[in-house]
Amino acid sequence: MAEDPARLLPVPNADTAPFWEGAARGELRLQRCAACGQAQFPPRAICVHCHAPAPAWEAASGRGRLVSHTRVHRPPSPAFKPDLPYVVALVALEEGPRIMVNLRGVAAAEPRIGGALRIRFGPPGGAHIIALPYAEEDPVQR
Amino acid sequence: MSPGRAVITGAADTAVGELPGSTCMGLHAEAAGLALADAGLRPGDIDGVLCAYSFSEPHLMLASVFCEYFGIQPAYSAAIQAGGATGCIMIMQASALVEAGICRHVLVVAGDNRLTGLSRDRAVAALSEVGHPQFERPFGVTVPALYALVAHAYMHEYGVTPEHLAAMAVASRTHAVRNPKAQMRVPITVADVLASLPIAEPLRLLDCCLISDGGAALVISAPDAARDTAQRPVTLLGAGQKNTHEHLVAAPSLTNFGCRESAAQAFARAGVKPADIHVAEIYDSFTVTLLVELESIGFFEKGEAGPAALDGALDLGGRLPCNTHGGLMSYAHSGAAGGLFHVVEAVRQLRGEAAARQVPDAELAFVHGDGGILSAHCSLVLGRS
Repeated sequence: MAEDPARLLPVPNADTAPFWEGAARGELRLQRCAACGQAQFPPRAICVHCHAPAPAWEAASGRGRLVSHTRVHRPPSPAFKPDLPYVVALVALEEGPRIMVNLRGVAAAEPRIGGALRIRFGPPGGAHIIALPYAEEDPVQR
Repeated sequence: MSPGRAVITGAADTAVGELPGSTCMGLHAEAAGLALADAGLRPGDIDGVLCAYSFSEPHLMLASVFCEYFGIQPAYSAAIQAGGATGCIMIMQASALVEAGICRHVLVVAGDNRLTGLSRDRAVAALSEVGHPQFERPFGVTVPALYALVAHAYMHEYGVTPEHLAAMAVASRTHAVRNPKAQMRVPITVADVLASLPIAEPLRLLDCCLISDGGAALVISAPDAARDTAQRPVTLLGAGQKNTHEHLVAAPSLTNFGCRESAAQAFARAGVKPADIHVAEIYDSFTVTLLVELESIGFFEKGEAGPAALDGALDLGGRLPCNTHGGLMSYAHSGAAGGLFHVVEAVRQLRGEAAARQVPDAELAFVHGDGGILSAHCSLVLGRS
């Protein structure tokens, strides 16, 4: 996706900064609760499952499966026009939580619900050094 | 009428569609005046006001803004913001106020000049702000794209086809053709829907709701206060709500939503079941919204609503006449007023005022609103008193 300030790149806050720090290094990070052991996304100050405070961060596998997809022809703002049509997808991560990304490559050309995907990251950029995740087909995963 | 239950004593909407020269507050005032006249009440009789939100004249305190504009100083006023569920939630809240004895006559009012006051691009951009700022919006989502994600997941699980989705739009248009006030009155076919411009696959232009100017208002009265009003009263027999998430990325499921629980609450409180309902007015921001809600609420089995609609189940004389005014896809969608149009139509059906689109002898109506991405749900069961 092209660089454009009108895309409103994420502005990390205390809840999300560790995620974006990992993203800038090409590492997908999730929170996991020490009390109940469940993983969660999006990040929060508490565990959404048992409400214990301060879930810990860990590196995730980056492996997941396609849950749903849509090829977008009408963008939310002109900033996305150069990429039309692009594919938005929901991916169920191996650890449990779901994440939203754009699909690239074969996965974008022929999205297949249930298909194996791997989360990657674009080049970091912008004032807050944001690397957006995307997903592509994962030939290794079965 | 049932003892102790709130009564809808006034219901009205303004002209809808493209209304050059309209303003958000002007539409509020016009709708309020029409609803009061319908009820046979004067502005001074209103002791409670519930407003919603506006895109063209946004304000932190919209109920205060409206009361100042309209020239009333009610004992109670508040604004409610829950997207497409707002209309039904306002009715549920108004009924709680009159049933608790806090108010006698509550005015529920919404309106927006979203079409002439905002531009289509600005409306699309403003609506897309419901996406999660860090974990959805950077990927270029719009509201249609988020509902499209639900659509593909639901189609995959239950064998729903694009034709089944299109049948929802065709059913709405078939009703709208009979409604002289509707914004879109040219008949359409399934083939027309499938040939319309792709927006976010599988959703196409005719799978999507309209953007309209318009306003709507209702008066909800305490049972004893309702005796002072002009119309045959309509009773709110039951209401229910359920919220499961706000952002789709955090939704517990992409195929099961809170409409099931909100409707079950409303049916239980009313002491009726889906098969008892004579006419339904169900939130239809997109074809998929209506299809999922019809099947989740229990009017149809999973995967059954599309084929049934293709056979005319949602039309007059069908199993469940639905969105008889034309709904958000063919009547109009003016923000929070869009959800109120469904309530106004249900009242008209129960009073027998729906003319060419009247469901004969309609005594029980179901209304449903959905806000966000099937996030917030509110259901109402209304009955002829």
